[in-house]
Amino acid sequence: MFGLLDKNTAILLLSNLAVLASLFGIGRYLKKRSSVDIDAETVRSFSRNMMAWMVVCVVLALALMVDTVVITVIFFWFVSFWAQREFVTLTPTKPSDHRTLFFLILVFPIAQYILVGMGAYDLYSIVIPVYGTLFIGARIAFANDPDEFLERTAKLQFGLLICVYALSHAPALLTLDMLMTWDSSDGQWVQWMGAKAGLLLYLVVIVQISDMTHFIADRTVGRHVIAPKVNEFKSWEGLMTAIVVSAIVGLLIQMFLPVTPFQLHGAAVMAIIISVMASSGSMTMCAIKKDRGIARHGGLVQSRGVLDRIASLCFAAPIYFHVTRFFLQVGGIEDIEKANERLEAVFQISWQTGFWN
Amino acid sequence: MKAVTIPVLVGIAKLFSGATLRWVGSQPDTCQRVYFANHTSHLDALILWASLPRQIRALTRPVAAKDYWVRGPIRRYISEVFNALLIDRDKIRVHNSPIDMMIKEIGDQYSLIVFPEGSRNTESEMRDFKSGIYYLSKKRPDLELVPVYLNNMNRIMPKGEFLPVPLMSCITIGQPMWLEAGESKNDFLKRARNEIIKLRDY
Repeated sequence: MFGLLDKNTAILLLSNLAVLASLFGIGRYLKKRSSVDIDAETVRSFSRNMMAWMVVCVVLALALMVDTVVITVIFFWFVSFWAQREFVTLTPTKPSDHRTLFFLILVFPIAQYILVGMGAYDLYSIVIPVYGTLFIGARIAFANDPDEFLERTAKLQFGLLICVYALSHAPALLTLDMLMTWDSSDGQWVQWMGAKAGLLLYLVVIVQISDMTHFIADRTVGRHVIAPKVNEFKSWEGLMTAIVVSAIVGLLIQMFLPVTPFQLHGAAVMAIIISVMASSGSMTMCAIKKDRGIARHGGLVQSRGVLDRIASLCFAAPIYFHVTRFFLQVGGIEDIEKANERLEAVFQISWQTGFWN
Repeated sequence: MKAVTIPVLVGIAKLFSGATLRWVGSQPDTCQRVYFANHTSHLDALILWASLPRQIRALTRPVAAKDYWVRGPIRRYISEVFNALLIDRDKIRVHNSPIDMMIKEIGDQYSLIVFPEGSRNTESEMRDFKSGIYYLSKKRPDLELVPVYLNNMNRIMPKGEFLPVPLMSCITIGQPMWLEAGESKNDFLKRARNEIIKLRDY
């Protein structure tokens, strides 16, 4: 209807924006009302998060209204670029790493996103983790500086993997072709005809819900802090609340505004996976920041940067992408069945030959 | 032509440097000033100049080394666009003093961007300052000397590299200072250097 969006995805986007706007409004109201029981910094940080998510949603909506994946891919490339430069800025590198950095920031990400735009899954799933890894090591070695070699390679590689590789799986959802969905009236698998943007929006909305509930629950019902040295707020209660709320919201979205090819229980399971990964992502980012000794980034990166906000999305995107692709892409299910048959055959042979005795 | 290239060049410089500009000790003003900063990269002058507000930028001229900025048509063009005051480092004589030239060029209108360390610095500690700003403020005591701390520029484009890597950087602008009555050259230069060092902790 509008580019990559259809009716359901458009409604989901709009209602998501409405929820964010009203939460932002509540945040503003709480900030004005001088109450003793709510920490001003918490409210401010919450409002800022809502604002950031709103900006992301608006830009994403505009990108998805164009009838090509190119704009969305470029948008995600830009987010990757910004996140990665923040990451590298906060990570000490040596002058001899300069040329490696040039490739890491300008060459690999652009190549990755071009491949994603082309839908070349075979390539974009290995370019960074395999070729990138080998390249970084070799390039640093060629720069003739063996000092802290492993630390430097690890830092650069981790940044590239999280900020670029992982995040690029979000726009890659738009290029997933031939997805199947279970038609319960016919009782068989049929091709899914919904808008591709639905998969991406489902991911973004659930990540956002999960982050939001985690944040609120940590500060209201949180008792058992998970890792106080890494983050003094994140609690098991918060994590559990985030997972449960995400699953419920996922279920409701799929029930009333089916935007994904998942069945109802599938949508709930996906929401749980996304929520767990999102929480792991923000936890990891806290650990990185603590390691670098920055609660807030100080002068170099003003206030909270892009990296902080998208860490949860970065972690959730690849797993969500792969689970979707594995179970729902045509051939995926057949592959599983074939593998099952093969396994059974092997099992039978080994049984007959007395391997188990 | 310059009406187009200035915004483009400024845009590129801002994008590549990801610079945040922070006025911690003074406010943006078009009064005559000498911004003095630590020097670690060829891009320092360009990025600092590009980050200043538009009205101030139009009245501010970076002082740069002639031998670097006239080499090749692109550099020459860039130095023309940002209205650089090129100093010939090899031909500094008594009758050809760069200070007199600066004073003549800025008149009663322009501000300057200078790097008192002289040349780019590869160590983490700043070098001792050259005496230029001392003589400059002796001859023009009315000029506000504003310390500027440039953070992370050397990682965007270190000495000896020709391709910049777009990282983030931060420009901190401190409190104006003047030459005190009877202050010796060494004391003044040391005080100026300390003003920049103080900005690191903001």
